[in-house]
Amino acid sequence: MKELSLNILDIVQNSIRAKAKQINIAIEESELRNSMIIVISDDGTGMSPEMLLSVTDPYTTSRTKRKVGLGLPFLKQHAEQAGGTVTIDSLEGIGTRVQSSFILNHFDRQPLGDISGVIKLLIMANPAVEFIYEHSTDKGEYRIDTREIKEVLEVKTLTDNDLMKDIRNMILENLENIGVKN
Amino acid sequence: MSKITSLSDLKKKRDEIKSGLEIREMATDPENHVQVKVAMATCGIAAGAKVIMDFFVEQLDRRNIDGVVTQTGCMGYCYAEPTIEVKLPGHDSVVFGGVDLKKADEIIEKYIKTGELVDGIIPVNYETIDSKE
Repeated sequence: MKELSLNILDIVQNSIRAKAKQINIAIEESELRNSMIIVISDDGTGMSPEMLLSVTDPYTTSRTKRKVGLGLPFLKQHAEQAGGTVTIDSLEGIGTRVQSSFILNHFDRQPLGDISGVIKLLIMANPAVEFIYEHSTDKGEYRIDTREIKEVLEVKTLTDNDLMKDIRNMILENLENIGVKN
Repeated sequence: MSKITSLSDLKKKRDEIKSGLEIREMATDPENHVQVKVAMATCGIAAGAKVIMDFFVEQLDRRNIDGVVTQTGCMGYCYAEPTIEVKLPGHDSVVFGGVDLKKADEIIEKYIKTGELVDGIIPVNYETIDSKE
C-alpha cells in the first residue's frame, strides 16, 4: 500500500465483511502535537477475545478463500515504521474499533493520499452501509454523514456518479479549508 | 459553476438538474443492468483495484452503459489481482483477472458492449486442491 488512504480502504473491508451497518472513519492531524490518528469503528459482528489477540498475525484470517490476512499487519507495520501504534478494541455483537497513530512529520509516515476518492468509492460501492467521515486539523474539522446527505437531497441511495463527483468536490473544498493536503 | 462547499449548495445543484433529467439511483432490479464487482481485499487494493473501480464507474457513465459498479471481497485469485466479476443481464457472471486500464477498456468495449469474450477469464470452476474439502 502506497498511501494511508488505501490502508483505510482495506481496513474498512473488514468492517463490511463483519456486516457493519454504520462505519465511522475519523482522521485527526495535528501539527501542534505532531501526530496523525486514524480511527475506523463499526457496529459489525465484532471479534472474540481469542481472535482479537491474534488478529495482527498475518496467518490469522476469518476468510476461507486463503490462509493469510494482511490488512491489519500492513497497517501495524506502517504505523510502527512511523513511530506509532495500532490499537484494536472489539466486542462480539457490538463492533470493532481500530485506532492507528503516526508521528506526523516522521520520514517514514506515508502520505494520506486520495482520501476523498476512497470515501467516494466506499459510499458508492456499499449502498447498504452508512458512513460517517470526520477529519480534523489544528485549523478546524469537517464531517459528513451519508444519512444526512440522503435526507437533505431526498435520495435513497448515493450511487449516481455525477452526484458522487459533486460530493467528492465538496469534501475536497472543505478539506482544503482546514488545510488538509489531498 | 460556483463551488459546492455545503449540503445546501449540493441540494441546490441537484434541484436544478432534477428539473431536466431524472437522477439515476441504484436500480431496483439489478438483473436488468450490467453489474461489475471489483474485488477489493488487501490483495486487490495493493494491486490497484481502486483505480480500476474508479475507471469503471467513470467510463460506464461516460459511455452511456446502464451499469452498477460495486465491490466484493477476495475471490481467492490473489495472484491475478485486480480481478473483477462482470454479470451481463441474462448471463452467468464472468471473472476477469489481471485487469489493468487497457484490459478494463477492452472488457467494456468488447464483453460488456457486444458480449464478445476477451482474454483473461478465470474459469469459475477453478479449484485448488486445498479448497476441496
